[in-house]
Parts: sequence; C-alpha cells; structure tokens
Amino acid sequence: MADSSARPLPSDAGPSLPIVGKSDTKPTWCPGCGDFGVVAAIEMAVKRLKLPSQNVVIVSGIGCSSNLPHFLSSYGFHGIHGRSLPVAEGIRWANHGLTVIGTGGDGDGFGIGAGHFVHAMRRNVDLTYVTMDNQIYGLTTGQASPTSTMGAKTKSTPNGVIEQPIDPIALALASGATYVARGFSGDVKQLADLVAGGIQHRGFSFVDVFSPCVTYNKINTFDFFRQRVYKLESAGHNPADPVAAWQRALEWGDKIPIGLFYSVDRPTYEDLEEVLSAGPLAHQPAGLRSGDAVLDEFV
Amino acid sequence: MTELAVRVGGQAGDGIASIGESLARSFSRLGWHLFGLNAYQSVIRGGHVWFQARAADPRPYSQGDGADLLYALDKATVEIHAPSLRRGGSVVFDPEKFAVAESDLPAGIRAVPIPTLEIARKYTSQSILQNAGGIGALAYLAGIPLDTLHQVLADSFGKKKGEIVDWNLGASADGYRAAEKVGTPPATALRPRGSPKLLMNGNQAIALGAAAAGCKFLAQYPMTPASSIMHWMAAHSQSLGVVVKQAEDELAAIHMAIGASFAGVRSMTATSGGGFSLMVEALGMAGMTETPVVVVESQRAGPSTGLPTKTEQGDLNLMLGAGQGEFPRAILAPSHPADAYRATVQAFDLAERYQTPVLVASDLHLSENFFTVDRDEIDLHVDVPSLFVVPPNSPDYHRYQYTPDGVSPRAIPGQAGLQFVAGSDEHDEHGHLISDVKAGVPVWVTERQKMMDKRMRKLDGLMRSVPPPVLEGPASAPLTFVAWGSTIGAVRDAMVVLAAQGRPTNLLRFPAVYPIDPTAARTAFSATRRTLLVEANYSGQFGRLLRAELGVEVSDRLLKYDGEPFFPHEIVAKALDVMQHGGQ
Repeated sequence: MADSSARPLPSDAGPSLPIVGKSDTKPTWCPGCGDFGVVAAIEMAVKRLKLPSQNVVIVSGIGCSSNLPHFLSSYGFHGIHGRSLPVAEGIRWANHGLTVIGTGGDGDGFGIGAGHFVHAMRRNVDLTYVTMDNQIYGLTTGQASPTSTMGAKTKSTPNGVIEQPIDPIALALASGATYVARGFSGDVKQLADLVAGGIQHRGFSFVDVFSPCVTYNKINTFDFFRQRVYKLESAGHNPADPVAAWQRALEWGDKIPIGLFYSVDRPTYEDLEEVLSAGPLAHQPAGLRSGDAVLDEFV
Repeated sequence: MTELAVRVGGQAGDGIASIGESLARSFSRLGWHLFGLNAYQSVIRGGHVWFQARAADPRPYSQGDGADLLYALDKATVEIHAPSLRRGGSVVFDPEKFAVAESDLPAGIRAVPIPTLEIARKYTSQSILQNAGGIGALAYLAGIPLDTLHQVLADSFGKKKGEIVDWNLGASADGYRAAEKVGTPPATALRPRGSPKLLMNGNQAIALGAAAAGCKFLAQYPMTPASSIMHWMAAHSQSLGVVVKQAEDELAAIHMAIGASFAGVRSMTATSGGGFSLMVEALGMAGMTETPVVVVESQRAGPSTGLPTKTEQGDLNLMLGAGQGEFPRAILAPSHPADAYRATVQAFDLAERYQTPVLVASDLHLSENFFTVDRDEIDLHVDVPSLFVVPPNSPDYHRYQYTPDGVSPRAIPGQAGLQFVAGSDEHDEHGHLISDVKAGVPVWVTERQKMMDKRMRKLDGLMRSVPPPVLEGPASAPLTFVAWGSTIGAVRDAMVVLAAQGRPTNLLRFPAVYPIDPTAARTAFSATRRTLLVEANYSGQFGRLLRAELGVEVSDRLLKYDGEPFFPHEIVAKALDVMQHGGQ
C-alpha cells in the first residue's frame, strides 16, 4: 500500500510555507469569461486546504482555459492539446506526495484527449481534473466542440451540429471515476466546495464546470444556466448511490443538476502499485537495488 | 575462423524459440561467443519460424552465412534450410512425422533420424516433449556435454519442480544417446572454451541499462519489436524499483514519461516507428519545456504497419525530423547489446544534462536477437547525480535562465520557492508565455529569438558529448565501410571473411547518428580512400545525412530493404565488386 502520509496534509503545511495564491500573471481571458470563476474557485479551494505552493502541480493542455496554471503560484505544466492527463498521471506516479490538479477545456478533454480521460478514470489515479466546459472551441475562434448542443451553429457547422454531444458526467460514471461532480462558474462558492472535495478525495476526482464563453457561444450563456441549474445537495441526492447518480446524470433540459453526483472509496492506482509503497519515486535512491545479481539470469 | 551454426525450424507454436534459446545458452555457458537469430512471423500459430545459434571465434556479430546442424520439426523446414547447410552437417528429424532421404539433401549432409515422438511417449502424452529428444540429439552433434544441456534445461524451468522437468531431462538424454548411435558430429563441433558469457538480446540490454542509469519509470504501449523492453522491466519491477506502466497508447506513454521526468524521476518510453509517429508532438514538447526523456525507437520494416516482425533502418529521417519547429536532440545508435547497454546509460545522462529528448535507435535485428556479452562489458555502477541542485527559495530563480551553454538550472516540484510553469508555448526566462499578448511586440520578438538560441546552444554541448565516429580495422585500407546501428554486426563479420581472403577493409561506424561533430567526422573521412555505405533502407538515409551535415559523399552504397538482416556474404560480394571492378 502506498504511504499515504507522504501526501502533505493541511496540518503539515506549517506557517512558514506559502500557500497557493495568485501568481503575478494576469489572466488574458475575455472580460466576463466563465474561466475567471473557475480559477477563483480553485484558488479558494487550495487556500482552504492550506496547500503549500511547492506541493501543488497544475497541469493543462491547450485552449483558453488551459492557460490557467500561469495564474496561480504553484508549479505548473502547460503541455500540448489533449494530453494534460497522462502528464498529470506521470507526475503523480513520480511523486505521490504532490497534489496534482488537471485543468482544461471540453475540446482538450473530451475531444482530442477523450481516450486519456477514460483511462485515467478507470485507473483511479489520485488527482483532480477540472474541465472548463463552454461547449465551443474558443481559442480557435468558434468551432463546434464535443459538448456543443445538437443544432448549434458554429463556424465549422454553419447548418448546425448534427452529432450528439458527449455527456461528461455519464462518461465519468461509466469509466470508473470515484468522485464525479459538476459546477457552474456562476456559483464560485459551490464550485470551490466541489474542487476542495475533489482534492481531498483519494482517487480520480472529476469536476466538470459550466464555464460560458461570452464571445463564441450565444446559446449556453450565464443566463441559460442560471435559469436551469439546481443543486443536488438541496434536492436530497445521495452521492453514495450509483443508480441515483446515473439518473441525475441523464437529466438535461429545463432542469440541470449541479453538485456532487457520485463519490465512492476505492483503492487508488498509487495504492495498488507496489513500487510506490517505498515512498515517492522521486525520493527513492537511484541505482540498482539488486546489485550484480541482476546479471545472473543472463548466464 | 572457427564456427558452428545450429538451426531449428518449424511452425509458430512448436516451441522453436525456446529450443533455440536453450542451445544458445548452452554455447554461452561453454564460454563461446555467439549470435542467436530469432526469425519469426506475425502469427501466433503456424507459418514458418526458425532460430539459429551461431558460435564462432573470432566473436560473431551476425547470423553469418550457412549452418551446420538443422533440427526440422516439419518437412518445410528441410526444404527451406537444407540448401544452407555446409558439408559435414546433419539434418535431425523424426521419421514418424516425415521422411528425409539423404539422397535428397545436398552432398555431404547426413540425415539423422531421431524418434522424438516415441521418446516423448515414454514420459507423457503431450507431444511438445518431442522437442526435448530433438534438442538432446542436437546437443550431441554440436558437442554440448549432456550435463551442460541438463543444467540449462533445468534452469529454464526456474523454480518449477516435478515431473515436467524430469521428463525433459529424461527425453533429452534419450535423444542425446540416440544421436550417439546414428549421428556423426561435424568437424567443427564445439569444445568447452572458457568461463560463461552473458546471453541477452538488445531489448534486455536496453532495459538493464535504463535500470542501472536510475530509470524509475517506464511507460510503453505494446508494439513489436519494442515490447520486450516492457516485459523485462515489468518482470523486474519490484526488485529494481521501477514503475512500469502500460499506457492506453503511445501518446499517453511518452506524456507519462515526460510528466514523471518533470517531477524528478528518470523516465523512458519505448516503441517502434508507428508508435514513435504518435509521439512526435510530445517530443517537441519535451524539447520546448526542456524536460529530459529517453525514447527507444526500435525500427521495423515500414512504411505503415509494414513487416512487423522484420528489420529495417528506415526511420532515421523520422527520428531526425520528428516534431514541428527546431529543438535539440541526440540520437544514439547501438549495434550490439553491450553497446545498447552503454548507449542507454548515456542517453539518460545526456537527456538530464541537456534537458531534452534523447533517442536510442534500435531495430528488430538488435532488439530481438541474442548476443553474448562479456561480464566486464556491463558496468552496473552508474553515477546518478542528484537533481535537487537549486537551493530552495533562491532569489531571482529563473527556470529558463539564459546561460552560455543553454542549460538552465532545473527546479523540481516539491522544492520550496522555485515554482514555475513549464510551457509548450514560447516563454521567457521565467516560463511566462510570450505567445499571446506579447507575441510580435518588438521587445518580445527579441526574447523569442534569444530563447530559441538558448535552447539550440545545447546542441553544441550534445555534439561534444555524444560518442564520435570510430574507425575499426587497419588504419589504411582500400575500402572503408560506413555503417550505423545493427548493420555494423554483419559488416564486422564480412570484414573477417575479407581479411581471410587477403582483402583488408576497415569500418567507420557512428555510435551517435546525431548530432555529428563535422570536424571529427570530416577528419575520419579524410583518412578513407573509397567508402561503401551499408544501410538497411531504400534511400540511404544516413548517406543523405552525411551529405547534408558534412558535405561528404560516400562512393558506393549497399542498401537492403527486404526485411531480412544483412548477411555477411552480401557485403563481401559487394565489397569485392567495388574493389575489383569499381562497383556501380
């Protein structure tokens, strides 16, 4: 079993270690972008958990939302399009003492990166993945995304989208994620709770966030969501109940649930990888443990 | 030259490779250097597969030409391989399965009938035990003492005990004795020679080198001929303390390795050309974020799926050009497992020192065939310096600081007060993006150029750090072979044949195919009279590189792209043609 004490707990942080806050880089998002609410919620969550900047790594791909690691004072890896999760997994396995948060958009995570999304969840890697889902490609100036609504007219679909959108919550449930939530960047307080819950949860935590694009998506706006969202915690939903989670995941239309759909305890990948039981790989001694005996099999 | 080559052929599923490996291990235990060729097809059952163990003095580096002993598990094997047998050789077969008339064999080849199935039935109804009788007969003919064979067989069952081991020992002894009665060993049958050699294939050497170099994380997706790197490492994961991750695809594999490396762990991925094609974008990301990563590219015959179980050196252009834009890289090209071990160790050192991707170019011929290695050729004691070189909370720490050699101090997540973002976008010394609101603004235009220059300066250091070209053989020879990678093996063996014919040649080999120090390489070429490039691809990719990098034109080329490795006789014939008639 992995040494869970290797993970820095809030109480270990100590008064001398600076906790994660804003960096000196200002976001370059369009005024009014939903992603401002997401970075604010992540900052609130890590501050509440008193996570030291040095022990947090935020990993992203490419897209408007994937610039997020630059705006916080932790370590960051701003990689290439669709590949944030395998980088994040590699970081976790190299040092499971670190808190790893993946961030990105719907194109990054559910389009080009969909394969990695599914596999990271079935592995139950202990990281938190926050998607800023605006149902459009923003940085490339407005093409359809994997979550664009049927019929949505975009630059790449002038006659309307003719594919069913991916349902990220249902996909996460089907793929074995052990913490599945949906937030709305119009409700930063609840979103911060969901992200903090995800970070504290041992296992793969997925938080899909309605994060409207004010420039290119004229359908799924802040008003669209404000009129439709309701909170699962106020509706008597039991996140330990997988059947109820599926029922809520399938709800879409006039009423759209936000909050924690599902949470279950299951051993993490790091728990089950025996080599990690000796502590974080990055701190294990280099060189052959077995000495010259490793050559015996070749004689 | 003394040599003995033993060949075993049959269908996939017959257990050919394990017979071959046992024979090869018997030779290496007797102190012989050998080359073991594992020729197989992309099928799990059926088809035609064969294994050849060739022991020789001087040390063999290829499968050579021809064989002395053949154990045929089916009639097709006799038809395919009997013409390759040398005089004095024998064909071992079971007359219960098919007949072999000596009159149908080439002159001077004996038919040695061994009742392998009948022997097997003494012990079990499982017909696979016939192989034990066959291998016993072969051992007798090859000069392998029965107790040597028995020790090898017993070891091959590992900790397994009981009747299956006893059956194999019994049946192989029966086969040995049957051959004593009806067979005659060739004049070249082996005698014990000295202390045991190590027997390994290129992939095992690469995995071993990685472990010795402190690799703690290997992510890989199955693809022939690279898969056995993952198999070996996974089998030794616990004892070596290496996390082995079979990823969902090659995209994930290299990104996991880069992520682990970013977090302070020496990491590797391995694949063949198809998988490497998927890794191309990530390679550039490692270059841009200045994250070390070692990538093994074990080539097979392309294009596309190509010939999955056949060899080629066709991916050199791909390795040289992989990734959009420009970033520093090195490509090491070992020719032999001892070399592959050292190259892998060096790849980790270079990747970490220069914070950039380093490729180890193998191919099916090196990765999957067996070679002997002397124990002192494997130095397990590798110095792995600590990564934590920047003091915590260093004021004015810049991850991508401009430095004379282009190498900037690395901080590792977990270190206090050194936080930065590694960006695949262009960035400044701090790692801050200059790709969006700063792009094109004059001061940042200059920064972009400075950052490119900084990264590319590392190529100068790499050029001085990679092993230089090596001239083997007499300093002055009328013909110089030019080769890289596994092809060097057949060239070396051809040089032995040529020397025996009074035709001295030498070899200019390139342990690193990129970057090439032009001064050192031009000096090496200036000492040559006529050059013959030997390369396993259609267009002479390395020749093109030499032309581009050095302005050197090789005089003659021997190119092969039929999927088969070079045979020494092909190289000998071409060399003689060039020397006698001026070649093409």
